[in-house]
Amino acid sequence: MNQQDEGVLTIFERSKPGRRAAVLPAAEVPEPPLEELIPAKLLRAEPPRLPEVAEPEIVRHYNRLSRRNFDLDSGFYPLGSCTMKHNPRLNERVAALPGHARLHPAQEPRRAQGALELMWLLQQSLAEICGLPHVSLQPSAGSHGELAGLLLTRAFHADRGEARTKVLAPDTSHGTNPASVTMAGYEIVKVATDERGGVEMDDLRAKVSEDVACLMLTNPNTLGLFDENITEIAALIHAVGGTLYYDGANLNAVMGHSRPGDMGFDIVHVNLHKSFSQPHGGGGPGAGPIAVSDRIEPFLPRPQVVRRESGNGSGPTYDLDRDRPKSIGRLRGFQGNFGVFVRSYAYILSLGGDGLAEASETAVLNANYLKARLAEGRAGKYLPVAFDRHCMHEFVLSGKPMKRELGIATLDLAKRLLDFDFHPPTVYFPLLVDEALMIEPTETETKESLDVFADAIEQILAEAEVDPDKARQSPHTTPVRRLDEVKATRKPVIRQALD
Amino acid sequence: MSRYTSATPADRAEMLATIGVDSVAELFAQIPQSLRLDRPLSLPAGMSEAEVYERLAALAARNVDCEEQVCFLGAGMYDHYVPAIVDAITQRSEFLTPYTPYQPEISQGGLQAMFEFQTAMSELTALPVSNAGLYEGPSSVASAAYLAIGAGKGRRRFVVSRGVHPHSRETLATYSVGFDAEIEEVDLRDGLTDAATLAAAVDDETAAVFLQSPNFLGAIEDVEALGAAAKEHGALLVVAVDPMTLGVLEPPGEQGADIALGEGQPLGNRLDFGGPSFGFFCGTEELIRKMPGRIAGETDDVDGRRGFVLALQTREQHIRREKATHNICTAQALNALAATIHLAWLGREGFRELGELLVRRTAYARERLAAVAGVELLHEAPVAREFALRLAAPVDRVLERCAERGIAAGYPLGREYPEYENGLLVAITERRTREQIDALAEALGAAVAAEAVTA
Repeated sequence: MNQQDEGVLTIFERSKPGRRAAVLPAAEVPEPPLEELIPAKLLRAEPPRLPEVAEPEIVRHYNRLSRRNFDLDSGFYPLGSCTMKHNPRLNERVAALPGHARLHPAQEPRRAQGALELMWLLQQSLAEICGLPHVSLQPSAGSHGELAGLLLTRAFHADRGEARTKVLAPDTSHGTNPASVTMAGYEIVKVATDERGGVEMDDLRAKVSEDVACLMLTNPNTLGLFDENITEIAALIHAVGGTLYYDGANLNAVMGHSRPGDMGFDIVHVNLHKSFSQPHGGGGPGAGPIAVSDRIEPFLPRPQVVRRESGNGSGPTYDLDRDRPKSIGRLRGFQGNFGVFVRSYAYILSLGGDGLAEASETAVLNANYLKARLAEGRAGKYLPVAFDRHCMHEFVLSGKPMKRELGIATLDLAKRLLDFDFHPPTVYFPLLVDEALMIEPTETETKESLDVFADAIEQILAEAEVDPDKARQSPHTTPVRRLDEVKATRKPVIRQALD
Repeated sequence: MSRYTSATPADRAEMLATIGVDSVAELFAQIPQSLRLDRPLSLPAGMSEAEVYERLAALAARNVDCEEQVCFLGAGMYDHYVPAIVDAITQRSEFLTPYTPYQPEISQGGLQAMFEFQTAMSELTALPVSNAGLYEGPSSVASAAYLAIGAGKGRRRFVVSRGVHPHSRETLATYSVGFDAEIEEVDLRDGLTDAATLAAAVDDETAAVFLQSPNFLGAIEDVEALGAAAKEHGALLVVAVDPMTLGVLEPPGEQGADIALGEGQPLGNRLDFGGPSFGFFCGTEELIRKMPGRIAGETDDVDGRRGFVLALQTREQHIRREKATHNICTAQALNALAATIHLAWLGREGFRELGELLVRRTAYARERLAAVAGVELLHEAPVAREFALRLAAPVDRVLERCAERGIAAGYPLGREYPEYENGLLVAITERRTREQIDALAEALGAAVAAEAVTA
């Protein structure tokens, strides 16, 4: 078996009876049969069939698997709306300090003052960045923040004796928005996009009514464009008593330049695993804190981290406030993804206020530069930008001419990029752009890496003019080639069969 | 130049020229002037790496962690030993820094790890279908409720044992407002869910029955017997379990559970003051297309080579939008990987032995503490790794005295269970030695004695 095939065995297939890694401490206490301690009918007959493998082979197994992953530390990752910026290792180091990593979540607040102060400081920092005075760190990720925001909206209206049924969101919105709307018991109403890439104002006006609980918006939106009508949009929604929700997935464009609170938003979620450098971990962990206006504050989840002035000159103390009678309640266990808070607070301290503003500036500069590079040559011909104006931190190209003239789809281009050691952009999103490619370079990329990427696109398109099959059959150099996703859904095999 | 960026003044000039503008400010001109922040953010100036480290270390030093204090706190998260290989592997860039595996050809490592995780959790719970993980325990309970509403053909009632973790019940209540569902809670009797009350509470409008075993008071429930009411009325039986007990306790899949879920932290994840950890979520074959979250599946590539992809994506928000089975996107992949490595390290025998060790040390501790004057068992039901006591003195003051001796004696029950005003929940892990348990007995005895006198 060669090294390549060796990689596809699972840890269960490497198992051999009698092998093991763990050595456990001695019992040190009497060891009666378990049946004397727990009724036999509540005991398990056979232990779960976990793998039997010694430590060296476990390490080799997962190292082998790791080499079958592409990652941010290996190369450019221009995944639109995902903000794949550098993950500073300092943040890993401080998160691993025993005072953070081995702190029990039920430790009484008097013996967790450092953790509560850190959470309070992060709350203050996010409040300042978002331009909204109150923050809850509890939501576990962006979509959890969305659900929180919608439940806050519901509580806000219920408190006024109102029951509203509809939530508006543009047709460019992230899929989590409509899914969250349904979970919160509302009906989603889509709002059209105008020819400049913003909310179609006439369509919005037609759909605004006293039935509307909330408008969810990303600004800049998923086209990477700032909606210039935001003040008017906010006024329309507020006039009928609705709330305005800001999906903070694209906050990386505007930190220190413009604040959702100042735009009129009531509720914002922040993806700490995007703008604030928490590593994405191959699909989490993240955290989705929410910042809210005064009128939403009474309904925030509990517990809430608060600072109390001592009054006797001994300095402030920090506590968990559970006495919040109008709160929507808990959204999860304990206090939230604290380890993520440590990393993000370390990131904010590292950059400072001016550094965050500079990060957004460079993110916007990089995006516009790459957009300009991709307007040249073959890219400009086959991959026109969907909305031709300056973008913020990301932009969307359409692969429609490429598909028509070269016979290769956006998917083919994406897969061919894998052969050039790039992670492809987000593809086929937003839905209103045909054959969409959504590109977000982030501020941590060099001009050189953007140039190499633009050159690769040019090269792939040139190659497709003479040999489109090269792209259609790509990738060629990856550990596996295109996979049968239909089979995986029709006849799902989602666990290892064991004897 | 700000931290982590590379654009020199020369780069900027060149880039601006290519874009065709004179300054970055021109790019921001699309933001109406009135919405532009006309001052710097009111945050401290950036710091050097050394300064940030010192600042964070100073904050960390103001916490009393499990290296400074002997910890008998549990209540859902436990001070287990995390083997060194978990840190070594999960800190590898290739696992730490990729995005969700939307491009399977370059994500085989992460996808295969998910597949292995699913297999391990399916084995632990004895249910055939596992997802790749949710946020954490309590929100997984609420996710099961959402599944039950979707599967329940108009049923909008949940019957919930008060033995289910208070955070789970609170989270379920928060989410249920959106589902327009009502919740009926069933009291405990002698530490266990009252079977007669539960049976009377379940009806044909009940979408799901929620149990936890061991329950919040540490007692092992007879899930099979309690679950009969759910079966009779066609409600889903949802059981929250402590994964660390599943080497020795009968798995929920063999007790009639439709869904088994729980807090994953004990498996390979640090305490982290409550997160990030992960939630696991397993179900019967019938529920496979209703599951929340990512699921990895095995398939072949065009050359017939084995590979893995995200399976059943048509359930998910990025495809189905408002009709998705859940809104979850970013979850806890790295935390689930930590669990997979920990479980591989423990292995079939080690996992069972660890369960036995917990049960025996817990039995020792329970007997030892119940013998202390002023301390009695809150219930006598069988337990696995955690148990509840009743103190003859105010629990908060007792805890303070123990803390002064370097022991976190346990979790006070009174806030969430007013009926157990001086109740104390004590948790055991393999890190809690006999010597530490004896020291707890001594400290607890002295503290109760002192506080009972002054009370």
